Amino acid sequence: MNRLLKHNTTLIKFWCLQGNARLLNSKIPPIPVVKLTDENNLPPQTKINQETIELLERLSLVDFANKRGIERLEDAIKFADLIRGIDTSGVEPMISVLEDRTLYLRDDIVTEGNCRKEVMSNAAVTEEEYFVAPQGNIPLIPRDSLLNDNKSSKQK
Amino acid sequence: MHLPLRLPHYSLVGVASVPLMSHWKAVVGLEVHAQITSTSKLFSGAGTEFGAPVNTNVSLFDAAIPGTLPVLNRRCVEAGVLTALALSCRVNPVSVFDRKHYFYADLPAGYQITQHRLPLAQEGELEFHVFIPDVHHKPYIKKSCIKQLQLEQDSGKLLHDEEACRSLVDLSRAGIPLMELVFEPDLEDGEEAAALVKELILILQCLGTCSCKMEEGALRVDANVSVHREGEPLGVRSEVKNIGSIRAVAHAVKYEIDRQVRTLESGGVVVNETRAWDTDSRQTVPMRDKEEKQDYRYMPEPNLPPLRVLLNGQHAIPDIKKDCVNVDCLRRKLPELPRETREKLINQYGISAESAVILVNENNLLKHFYGIMGEKKSRDPKLSTNILIMELLTILNKNKLSLETSPFSSYSLGEVVDLLQSKKVNLVTARKLLQEIVSGNPQSPSEMVEKYGWAQITDSSEIEDVCTAVIEQNPRLVEQFCAGKTKVFNSLVGKVAKITENRANMALVVKVLRDKLSKIQNS
Repeated sequence: MNRLLKHNTTLIKFWCLQGNARLLNSKIPPIPVVKLTDENNLPPQTKINQETIELLERLSLVDFANKRGIERLEDAIKFADLIRGIDTSGVEPMISVLEDRTLYLRDDIVTEGNCRKEVMSNAAVTEEEYFVAPQGNIPLIPRDSLLNDNKSSKQK
Repeated sequence: MHLPLRLPHYSLVGVASVPLMSHWKAVVGLEVHAQITSTSKLFSGAGTEFGAPVNTNVSLFDAAIPGTLPVLNRRCVEAGVLTALALSCRVNPVSVFDRKHYFYADLPAGYQITQHRLPLAQEGELEFHVFIPDVHHKPYIKKSCIKQLQLEQDSGKLLHDEEACRSLVDLSRAGIPLMELVFEPDLEDGEEAAALVKELILILQCLGTCSCKMEEGALRVDANVSVHREGEPLGVRSEVKNIGSIRAVAHAVKYEIDRQVRTLESGGVVVNETRAWDTDSRQTVPMRDKEEKQDYRYMPEPNLPPLRVLLNGQHAIPDIKKDCVNVDCLRRKLPELPRETREKLINQYGISAESAVILVNENNLLKHFYGIMGEKKSRDPKLSTNILIMELLTILNKNKLSLETSPFSSYSLGEVVDLLQSKKVNLVTARKLLQEIVSGNPQSPSEMVEKYGWAQITDSSEIEDVCTAVIEQNPRLVEQFCAGKTKVFNSLVGKVAKITENRANMALVVKVLRDKLSKIQNS
């Protein structure tokens, strides 16, 4: 496997040096770029504190409050920060890759619905044709120190 | 069930009119969610009829089953554009859908598709009359600006089962198309808010984009209220939800303003919270579930390209399969708006502004008015409006009937107007005729006048005779009148009226009686 990869890399480098960029997408730089931007230009690394963890867990309902999870989150933020080093003045922000297409509009007629059995077939708990959900939003129990090295604890 | 129609002026209970102490100013901004009248939902092909069996109008997309995608309904875009044009908004040629994330059992996907950043239309305005007889001296015109109009999905319905600590979820309403109208905070009290909602309902019903049935949940109004002392910066605002009728808008806003003033005056602090209007206890109470400040993490909806509408003579872009919504075309299709109808009534028929407001507020009255005036141009419009507004509504009210279900036609009403105008009957008889018409008497008014002998007595000799007879029969009253008790005059008039069975021309009667009595006095 490694030999195959090495072989491919050599081939690509060869084609690049030949100036045969037609064979590859024009957006690939002809000479490999090792670093996107100068690391000294970046904003200081964001540190996650207790409050932020609680807020994020409540908003996302994702369990990540252990050392490993937090490190991963901080790395992800650091990675996203790279974009700040790029000069985007005068460039219109892109909303989606579909932005040059127009939204298709459907006629106003009933074409779906009336499939109650299907729709409810995944529900674990139902009651006389209603889905059943726990009441309101259950508040998350605050925990002592989330920056410890323990495995994530079950909350909900 | 349509509630019995009441006289618009006298049944509107003016909100307890203790004015705010002069140094307090209130700021009210409304958010209105109007359900678009359409056959299918906003992003799916499921049906939208009210009262469908539980969880039947649910497609796989509405239940957020993975692997489904939204497809926008053209009728909803047209309705949104029509409403935007009627409210003088600027329609954006390109608008974008966003996701608003929050977790709740009635939102299966965990997000709502709405238009937060670039809505369908922005910067409009709505002009309306504010007038409650007990509260204001005369009607005044107020204008409220519209910040934006956007298309969004509705969420499902939750039934709370307190005992078993659970909620039952019905997704038939999930995905139903809504227009959200965000108004600027430029209102100052509950009556202005109620008047704005009333005018908005008239416009939406006229356009046919919303049924505006607040009891069915087709129109929901939330009010943002804050108070501050004059000259100081704006205070903390609170949001009031669960308002179920136009009058409730006025009451809820008034209560909230008073509550905030009371809190601040007693040294307390107003908290930024969401409160619910409780109709039974007539106060706003904090809503339990929405405690924390929400972070909605708005993000562009990745599954929907931008929505483009054609403006200013643009032609369709060739590469799309179906036609775009053409705004100019829709602008030409706009029907006559309530404001224009009122102006036409005032300019063309010369009736007063208040009467015009009442007629336009009640569509059935307006139809009758057009029927009466359309049949014979010579009929007096002011008299017609009087008959409709003052007399007809009173009688309907007394009989506990409603304008919609009553079987009479403008034709019979027009005849009553003719008889009154030509002085063939007096007002009392006219009321009797109206009572007969309302009760369903199939005879025409002229026939009834003939049959029951209700024609007005205008023959002066007949009136003279009756007056003389009354004076002779009541010597004591005459003595009292000559002695100075002028109030007995009314009882003498009453006696004449009774003898003539209320058919005499009362103005003539009064004149003749006065003449006779003054002759006796002077002799």
